[in-house]
Parts: sequence; structure tokens; C-alpha cells
Amino acid sequence: MSSPALVRHPEDSMPAIAEAGPAPGTVPPATPPSFGTVALRWYRLNRGGLRAIAIGIMSLLAFLLVWHLLTTYRVVFFVRFTNVPSPLAVYASFTKAIHDPKFLLHIVLSCRRIVFGFSLAAIVGVPLGLIMGRFKLVHEIVFPVAEVLRPIPAIAWVPMAIMLWPTNEQSIVFITFLGAFFPILINTLHGMSLVDPVLVRAAQCLGARERSIFREVYFPASLPHIFTGLTVGMGVAWVSLIAAEMISGQYGIGYFTWEAYSLVQYPDIALGMIAIGVLGLGSSLLIRGAGQLVMPWRLK
Amino acid sequence: MSEIVTKAPQGHIEVRNFSLSYDSIEGPVAAVTDTQIHVNPGEFVSIVGPSGCGKSTLLNAVAGFLKPTTGIVTVDGERVNGPSAERGMVFQQYSLFPWKTVRENVEFGLKMRGMPRSQRERAARTLLGLAGLDAFEKHYPEKLSGGMKQRVGIVRALATGPKVLLLDEPFGALDAQTRVIMQQILTNMWQRLKISVLFVTHDIDEAIFLSDRVYCMTARPGSIKAEIPIPLERPRQQSMMMSSEFLALRRGLMSLIREESLKAMGGEINDMGMQGLNIELHGHSLADVI
Ligand SMILES: Nc1ncnc2c1ncn2[C@@H]1O[C@H](COP(=O)(O)OP(=O)(O)OP(=O)(O)O)[C@@H](O)[C@H]1O
Ligand SMILES: [Mg+2]
Repeated sequence: MSSPALVRHPEDSMPAIAEAGPAPGTVPPATPPSFGTVALRWYRLNRGGLRAIAIGIMSLLAFLLVWHLLTTYRVVFFVRFTNVPSPLAVYASFTKAIHDPKFLLHIVLSCRRIVFGFSLAAIVGVPLGLIMGRFKLVHEIVFPVAEVLRPIPAIAWVPMAIMLWPTNEQSIVFITFLGAFFPILINTLHGMSLVDPVLVRAAQCLGARERSIFREVYFPASLPHIFTGLTVGMGVAWVSLIAAEMISGQYGIGYFTWEAYSLVQYPDIALGMIAIGVLGLGSSLLIRGAGQLVMPWRLK
Repeated sequence: MSEIVTKAPQGHIEVRNFSLSYDSIEGPVAAVTDTQIHVNPGEFVSIVGPSGCGKSTLLNAVAGFLKPTTGIVTVDGERVNGPSAERGMVFQQYSLFPWKTVRENVEFGLKMRGMPRSQRERAARTLLGLAGLDAFEKHYPEKLSGGMKQRVGIVRALATGPKVLLLDEPFGALDAQTRVIMQQILTNMWQRLKISVLFVTHDIDEAIFLSDRVYCMTARPGSIKAEIPIPLERPRQQSMMMSSEFLALRRGLMSLIREESLKAMGGEINDMGMQGLNIELHGHSLADVI
């Protein structure tokens, strides 16, 4: 109760403390730097990043070039490039596909399945992991089941999922959910187990009760690992989705890719693969961005 | 100041017939035995002792993190059973919340108490200003130096107006210069708030410089070996550390601790090693003798 007393006497100065603070008036008077110096400074600070971007672009171009050469000369050396479409053929089928509503529907449906399956996995997995990390009994009950189900690959779930769910769509979302769920759960749990007990003590002797400790310490302390789980979970969600779509879908980018093979549309195979890659990359970038928004203290 | 002075004296810590054992496979391991200590309201008391003698154990029991195996801990006559905002704690590892800014860290205790946001923001700003940290209120702890972090730690512990402040080697990780400044800051805050302080350190100079009274503990299982009043005048200056009075106190404490430290190291030091230490004691170096 005496802190307000301390607060009410700011006029008493504490010389020793003031001494320890930053010396006032050390900032030189600001003259606005010229555009050239700013640009130069920016370049110096970002040199590493620019270099990585430049090299990245060049390596992608080299990849395209090698691909182009291998397919135009139809190289056969252990692997056969005879039927592999060239980058230009893939590009041609890409320009056609973006005007084809059916192709766009494949993509939209895949994305929707990811959104449903992944969100569900996050909504169930994160709270469950937090609760399991905090309450031993829940951990003891749930963990053995989770450990038995976890190693089963999503693709092995396909027949079971088809039996379990009334519609195809639901079983695909279910498989996507399963793919994302376990990495999210396990990483959240891991994050909870690493929470520094001294921080919990610090909160306790500042008057925090169980609920506040959960919200103010355990949850934010686990966030970095939760986001690791979300990133890994997103990757596995795509893997599972594509597998499920190839086997049991009528729509979706995985189905598109498999259908292209059945219909001998070779450029579409590569187009489907590239679309999957780009979508996967985009969704993991989204998660990374969300992580930076939610954890500003981890920004460099 | 008047408000604090007229308040009934608070923060009387009493530890009686205290012992604490940890459970292990080989059975209970006594960390602290048969210990009596007390801190009078407004008093600054330090605990020194060899490594592993149970200083942290004792302090954690006063904080309410550990239950005594026997005996009782009371603050102002009330039995301690669990941590509370009445007993502020400062840790060696700073233990600031990395996800909270400096100001949010300081606000934490007030928030737990249900103080409205604008009010606690103002309180935190004022406190940070007193500690010379106002420029850093929006920083995350990671970006601060060790000394700044610990200043935030102290301010955070004091923000809720606890009756007693418990510190476990709070300056152990700081360099010598920062340490001195931090000691001054702590003294300042303590005098201003008239709060009782229980301070654990292994630095004898620090204990003498800061305290009204110093408890020296024995090697494990720890108990109180000696209680040394520090009659040095206040306010204390750095220069006092050269005074004959200070040095006498230092010599006394030093020999007490040395005895216990040797006991603590026990069998690790064989006769040759002991000889070496004795030789050094007489002012020669080992190299001279060989
Ligand atoms: N959780 C525990 N379980 C078993 N033994 C423990 C536990 N915590 C501490 N001990 C033992 O109890 C003794 C006292 O520990 P404590 O941490 O209180 O000592 P300390 O005086 O603070 O030491 P230091 O100077 O190294 O900080 C030590 O020998 C330690 O090994
Ligand atoms: Mg200790």
C-alpha cells in the first residue's frame, strides 16, 4: 500500500539514481542527412539481405536453365527427361490455367480445406497443449493416446476418414486437421515444459494467482514454441491435404495434379506441383508474419 | 515522507526453529537446520555463507516458495504459507518478463492488484523516473544492460509497496562498477521506503557496506554461525570501505567464512592443499616456498 506514497513524492530527487541514468543532452543537434547518405547507410545495414536476395534469384534462374536444358535435349541418364515438360510448356499451361475457372476452383478449394483443417488444429491443439502442460492429470490421460496416434501418417488415415465422415469434403478436412494437429500439440507442450520456473515465482510474489500466471507467464513464454508448432503443422497440413486429395478428391490442387497425369497433360503436372509449392511457401510466410505481430519482443 | 514514517512499523520477519530438508533418493537431505533469524521493521539484514549452505533455501522459505520442514516463518506475526505481494523478491537472474516492456514489467504487480490501466501507467512512469529509467520504458528487457535489468527488477518488486524486500544475490552477475552504483540505489530506496530488507550475498564487502546486521551461516547443513552487528554510520560512503572499522569487520567475517568454506569443500582438499592455503595466509606465495 505504500507505493502510492512513493509515487506522490516525485519531487524528492535521488542523486545516486539520477547518476546512473543516461547522461542528458548527449544527443548531437540533428541536421537532416542528405538522401545519398541515407541510401548509403540503408545499403550498408541491409547488405547481407540484399546479397541473399541476389544469390537467391540467380540460383532460381540457374534451376530454370538446367531444367530447360534437360528437357529440350531430352536427357536420359538414369532418370528420363523424355516426357518431362519444359519450363516454357509449363508457363504456357500456366497462362491458360489462370483464365480457367476450374483451375482457380481447385486452388480455392484446397486453400479452404487448409484454412478449416489448420484452424481447427490450432484451436484444439494450442489450448489442449497449454492445459496438458499445466495440469498433470490431463497430460497423463491424453499423452499416451496422442503418442500412439501421432506416428500414423495422414495417408494411412484416408480409408478410416472416409468411413468416419459422411462427405468426402469432411474427410479431407479431417485428414488436414490431423496433419497439423500433432506438431501443434507437441510443440505447445514442449514450450510449456520449458517455461522458466523463476518467472513463475516472480509473478507469484507480485501477487499473481493461477489464472493470471497462466495468461501472463505460461502462455507468452510458450508462444515461440507454439509458433514453431504452427509452422511445422502448416507444412504437414499441406502434405496431408495433397495426399488426401490425390486419393479421394474430386477437386483441389492435389487432385488436379493427379488428374493431369491420368489425362497425359504433362505440363499440368509440373504446374500443379509448382502451385502446391507456392501455396505452401505463402502459408508459412503468413504464419511467420503473424508470429512477428504477436511477439514483438522477439524482433531483432 | 511523513506518510510512511507515521505508519505503524511493518515488516518484522521472524524465523524460528527453522529447518528444511529436500527429498532425494537417499532420503531427506538437510539443507538448513536449527536456524533462528529475525529482521526488525525497517532493518537491512544480510545473510552470507559458503556456497551451497542454504542461503537461497532460507530466503525462498521466507518468500513462501518452500515450506519449512520444522519451525515457523512469520511476517508481522502472520505465518507465511505461500508467496504474496507483501514480500517482494529480486532474483539474481533478473527474471523480468521478456514479453513485457520495462514499464509493463513494473506495472505487473499493480495490474494483479486490479489497479486501472491509466493509474498504474502513471505509477510505473514515476517509479521508473526515480530509478533513472524513464527513457527505457518502452524497451524490452533483452535490450537492457544487466544493471538496468536489475534496477527494473528492484523497481518492479517495490511497485506494489511490499512490507519486506527479499534479494537473492541480486548483483552477483554485475561488474564491479555497476555493483557499486546498484548498492547505492538500493540503499537509497530502502531508506526512502523504510522497508525491511533481507539480502543474500556471498560478497562480504557488500554485506558490510549495506547492512545493519549480518548473519553468517555454517557450511551445509546451514545454520547461523554468527550474528554481526554493523555499527557503521549512515549515510555510508564508498570511502568508508578503507576505514579501520570496516576492515576490522571485514577481517572478522572473512575468517568466519573461510573456516566454513574449507569445511564445505571437505574431503576435496588434501593435506598438501591445506598447507598451501596456510602458507598463503602467512603472506608468502606458494612460489616462494617451492
Ligand atoms: N531442489 C533441491 N533438491 C535437493 N537438494 C537441493 C535442492 N535445492 C538445493 N539443494 C541443496 O541444498 C543445499 C542448499 O542450497 P541453496 O541453494 O539454498 O544454497 P545457497 O547457499 O543458496 O548456495 P549458493 O551460494 O550456491 O547460491 C545445497 O547443497 C543444494 O545442493
Ligand atoms: Mg543461492
